[in-house]
Amino acid sequence: MKQFKAKVEVKLKSVVLDPQGKAVLSALHNLGFDDVTDTRIGKLIELKIKGESMENVHEQIEQVCKKLLTNPVIEDYSINIEEAS
Amino acid sequence: MSSFGVVVFPGSNCDHDCYHMIRDHFSQPCRFVWHEETEIDDIDCIVLPGGFSYGDYLRTGCIASFSPVIESVRTHAEKGKPVIGICNGFQILVESKILPGAFIRNSTLTFVCKWTNVVVENNNTPFTRGLELGDVLRIPVANGEGSYYLDEEHLADMKERSGVVLYYSDTHGNKTPESNPNGSIENIAGICNDRGNVVGIMPHPERSYDTIQSSTDGERIFSSVISWMQQF
Repeated sequence: MKQFKAKVEVKLKSVVLDPQGKAVLSALHNLGFDDVTDTRIGKLIELKIKGESMENVHEQIEQVCKKLLTNPVIEDYSINIEEAS
Repeated sequence: MSSFGVVVFPGSNCDHDCYHMIRDHFSQPCRFVWHEETEIDDIDCIVLPGGFSYGDYLRTGCIASFSPVIESVRTHAEKGKPVIGICNGFQILVESKILPGAFIRNSTLTFVCKWTNVVVENNNTPFTRGLELGDVLRIPVANGEGSYYLDEEHLADMKERSGVVLYYSDTHGNKTPESNPNGSIENIAGICNDRGNVVGIMPHPERSYDTIQSSTDGERIFSSVISWMQQF
C-alpha cells in the first residue's frame, strides 16, 4: 500500500448564488481593486489516504466526495492526488 | 394518545422547547431520542428539532444525517408516519435526502432571528390539515444557513406535486421579496415529500404556541398533527 495526499476543491455551482463571494467582491472594490469582476468562495479539503495505485485512490475519493464531502445539489468538486514521499 | 419522539443530536438546542410544548402544552406523551438510538417503533410522530448539530461542520445538517437514528427515521417515514424537521431538523432531512434540495448561507450574510409571516400553500399534510389554504401564520425564524435552494427543473416538479407547504409572505399572504428573511428560493419556508407525511419547515412553531410568546400560530401546526394521529 502506498501513501497519497489528496486535495478536494469544493465550489458552489455557478448557478447558485454565493453571498460570501459577493461580500468579498464588494470589499475588494472598496479597497480600490476595481479590476476584480467576480469572487466565489469554496472549500479545500486535504486528505491523506492509503491505496494500491493512483486509480484506486481516485476511485475511493470519488466515493468520499459523493457520500460526504459535497452536496451535488449545490456543489461541484475537483480532485488532485499526489503520491506522498 | 399518540406518542412523540424528539431526536437529540450533539448541538441540538430546541429539543427541550419541543419536548416542553408537546408534554406540557398539548399533554401528549413524548420522549427524547438520542441520535445513536435505532429502536423508535414506539413513536408515532418524530420531531427533528432546531439547533446546530455538529457545529454545522462541513455543511449544515450534514454530519447529523449520518447518525444511526436517521435510518430509523427513514423507515418510519416510509411507513407513512409523520415526521417534522424544524430549522436544523429540516436541514438534516435535506442532507439525508429524505426531502429534496439544499441549504446555502443567508443572502444577508447574517444570522437572521426575527418574526416572519408564512402563507399556507398545502394543507394536505398531517401538519397543516387544520389550516386553510392562504392562512397566514406569524412564526419566528432563526438561522444562518437557512436559504433553501433547488434547481429550476426540480423546483417546477415540486410545485407541480404541491411539495411546497409554506412560503414567506407579508401579512396578507403576498410573497414579496421584503418578506423573505434569508434569500430562500421563491420564498420557500417549508416543503413536504411526495406522500406529505414528511414536512420540513424553517420557522419555529415551538417558539410561538403560548400566549407569552406573542404569537400562538405555531400551535396550529402541532394541533393539526395531533388531530391527524387521533384518527387511527
